[in-house]
Amino acid sequence: MLTVITFLPLLVCAVLLGLRALPDRVYRWTWVGAAAADLALVVAVWAGFDTGGGTQYQERARWIPGAGVGYHVGVDGLSLPLVALTCVLFLAVAVYALRETRRVRAYVCLFLFLQTVCVGLFVALDLILFFVFFDLAIAGMFFVIAGWGNGAAARAAALKFFLCTFTGSLALLLGFIGLYLAASPHTFDIVELTRTAPLAGRGAYAALVLLAVGVGLAVKTPTVPFHTWLPPAHSEAPATGSAVLAGVLLKMGTYGFLRIAMPMLPGSWRHYALVFIVVGAVSVVYGALVALAQTDFKRMIAYTSVNHMGYVILAVGAAGVLAGTDTQARSLAVTGAVTQMVSHGLLTGALFLLSGVLHDRGGTYAIGAYSGLAGPSPRFAALTAVAAFGSLGIPGLSGFTAEFQIFTGSLASQATATGIALTGILLTAALFLRALRQMFLGPERLPASTGAGGFGDLAAAESSAIVPLLFLALVIGVLPRFLLDVVEPASRTVVGLVAR
Amino acid sequence: MNQNLAALLPEIALVAAAVIGLVAGAWLPRRRQRAVGVLAAVACVTGLVCTAVTMATGRQQTVFSGTFAVDAATGMGRLTVLGALLLVLMMSVETVRRHKRETEYYVLLLLSAAGTLAMIGANDLLMAFAGYLLASIPAYALAGFAKDAASTEAALKYYLVGALLGAVMLAGTAVLYGAGHATGYAGLRTALPGASYGLVAVGFVAVLAGLLFKIGGVPAHFWVPDVTDGVPAPVAGYVTTLPKAGGLIAAYRLLHQALSGTDVNWPLLLAVLAAASMTLGNLAAFFQTSVKRLLAYSTVSQAGYLLMALAVATRSGLAQRGLLFYLAAYALTNLGVFAVVTELPHARALQDYRGLGRRRPGLAAVLVICLLGLVGTPPTGVFLGKLEVFSAAVDGGRTWLAVLAVVNTVASLFYYLRWLGPVFRTDPDDGLAADAQAVLGRWAAAAAYTAGAGSLALGIAGGALLPLTTGALLLR
Repeated sequence: MLTVITFLPLLVCAVLLGLRALPDRVYRWTWVGAAAADLALVVAVWAGFDTGGGTQYQERARWIPGAGVGYHVGVDGLSLPLVALTCVLFLAVAVYALRETRRVRAYVCLFLFLQTVCVGLFVALDLILFFVFFDLAIAGMFFVIAGWGNGAAARAAALKFFLCTFTGSLALLLGFIGLYLAASPHTFDIVELTRTAPLAGRGAYAALVLLAVGVGLAVKTPTVPFHTWLPPAHSEAPATGSAVLAGVLLKMGTYGFLRIAMPMLPGSWRHYALVFIVVGAVSVVYGALVALAQTDFKRMIAYTSVNHMGYVILAVGAAGVLAGTDTQARSLAVTGAVTQMVSHGLLTGALFLLSGVLHDRGGTYAIGAYSGLAGPSPRFAALTAVAAFGSLGIPGLSGFTAEFQIFTGSLASQATATGIALTGILLTAALFLRALRQMFLGPERLPASTGAGGFGDLAAAESSAIVPLLFLALVIGVLPRFLLDVVEPASRTVVGLVAR
Repeated sequence: MNQNLAALLPEIALVAAAVIGLVAGAWLPRRRQRAVGVLAAVACVTGLVCTAVTMATGRQQTVFSGTFAVDAATGMGRLTVLGALLLVLMMSVETVRRHKRETEYYVLLLLSAAGTLAMIGANDLLMAFAGYLLASIPAYALAGFAKDAASTEAALKYYLVGALLGAVMLAGTAVLYGAGHATGYAGLRTALPGASYGLVAVGFVAVLAGLLFKIGGVPAHFWVPDVTDGVPAPVAGYVTTLPKAGGLIAAYRLLHQALSGTDVNWPLLLAVLAAASMTLGNLAAFFQTSVKRLLAYSTVSQAGYLLMALAVATRSGLAQRGLLFYLAAYALTNLGVFAVVTELPHARALQDYRGLGRRRPGLAAVLVICLLGLVGTPPTGVFLGKLEVFSAAVDGGRTWLAVLAVVNTVASLFYYLRWLGPVFRTDPDDGLAADAQAVLGRWAAAAAYTAGAGSLALGIAGGALLPLTTGALLLR
């Protein structure tokens, strides 16, 4: 089942590559169909998921037994929400891209490939399988940014993105090799490594492995000081690329912490938890402050991603501190981290798609170039406002659910860091409100680069891509149980593994 | 004494095809000389079948007083070399078709490959040196095949460096013989630990000099860029791939079998050489604008990664597996790139590849797979090879070398992307590039597709090949 979900988009991609000279419309609708089918399969998996049953839908096959590598996939409460998020976001992107006209065949194939890679990463239960998808995601995103961004700046941004994240992935690989060599018999199997935690009690060696894995994942997340690739990549990528990059690819780093670093290196994680807490808190405040200083709408959203991922890092760090806390608080923090990943994927995905609309109409992302947009485009203004409020953590939307859990779970043991991180909410509120006021209220003013049609409101394809994302964020904000029931048992498992 | 000639069938097939081809070439009319190429391919396939049978039936043995070992390393080496030779033959079809010396070209390739095979199985210093000569001398002639200025200069440089380092290697053989009173690795293994430290060290370094020339590793790499740049593309693919396989496996055998008990700190020396090769190769490749020079330096850096396995030859059980698998994957991937270069003979500079992705998507796909493969991006064969070699280095206590290799891998990405960038650029003013992208013919393209697909298949289905790399080396 999971194999089908993973490779269905790739199969469609291969078929489309084989069929030449179809009208663009066919490619676009095939993509929407494939993404919808994939999402339907994920819904089926979710429906059949036993919340208390641990890792399910496992599939194993011999792949490269000589090197300790196997094909092993499965989902549990940590990965299932992210798989679902990936499929939702790719469907939204597919619908949004119904308006795309540039080299449609290559574009559709590239995104189908990316979807396989992203889903595959979240279901992988083998380190090398995980790494293969991790690296292929980088390669795929490189071509999206370089191929559909704007000119030379996009190529430079793509190169920087590739070099930075590739460096991180290789550090990750070194860490994986360290884990592999420590296990006996040598293996890359995640379940096996989690069960045995082969580096327990191996002080310096385990610390070095955690350093390699931690740096690799931190680059991908990204946290301060490894975030420098993010703003140019986002500002040069097309809207759909940004949505996937922020919505899905950033989660690969934070997911790696929960899936690999914490359960496999519990002793070192506890020992160095403070490092992650500090990095998380700094990322929160720094990301928010730099976002506050942006004049470019898209870059601003990009920096709020650093801020939002900072909350996640804070939570996973706090989950590693045993003193002055109890299991419930720690597992609440982990649950919050997973919820935040899902919430951020939905809201930032929507925000990036909206910023794509902004650029499409006005030709620029500069906040100062716009004023009074609520007049000509009320739907656009309303959706942007909802997404922005969700992103700054207003109760009733998913961001609040996530951040509330993170702060409650972390406060007991990490009062100072949590206090510092709380100011991040205030800053994001300020920057979002300021941007909303500037762009949507006041007298109507449009940049000189606006197209002949003026600033039109959202088209049908755009609304039907963005509205479901925000609707899901609303559902998670109001009725989060369906999600939390899945996540909470898995969080307790992770917390139990860290406390070993 | 085991004199089982059947154990040497792959080598004999190549030499026999060379002799028959030479005689037949003298009689065949010019337009029929392609038959010699077919004969060469048949010899390769015969060798591959014989090797497969040997490996499947477990007929590992040493022959002729233990001077030649037929074991796991020889088996994998033969598969790599013969497979690579087949690819080179495919790449060459259009380049040498109707050429005045078409027959001679194929015969030289066969002889040189036979020498490489002799090095791979050599369990004796003199055997290794004989293999060195047989592998080198035809290659010098191949380098000068085009007979133009660049090619002549390349051949001269290749010959001078090869002759010098070959002489050094022979002197080293003599010194080690003096120290250990034997040239066979079995004898050296028992005698060298008790011999004078200085003699062993000097002899070893001198022998290694010759092998490094074949490997194309620092500091014996000076010939690589000039030869690669000066000779026809299929020959360039040949000289950067097959001799490496011969030199590396011969050096691995020497280190693992003959020198394992000595006090000479060869693991450190090899580690330093590996570090220097990958770093200098990468740095030199950074700002090359000629594709062949860029590739030449890239092969120097690849030699560095391969040398990592040698540095931990006796310290990690993973070294042999890493070396043999990486070699096979490297040969496929490197030849894939050279096949694309052969197919586009007028595209000499990186800029000539502008817009290739739109004009020739198939070739561009091969280029992406093979260049990203050389970087070590999954799921290509080289990724798996790198994984094994890095694991071996960490396992053998050389974590710093693995870290340096990772840093180098990132750096190498820069110049491989400098090449890939223009391929997918769609500038309106690239009419010039279109002329440069005239293709050569079907065979070279077929070689490119085969190598690209093989490189990918080796990454995805490498599990089938890995068990073949792990058998014990035979000594006597």
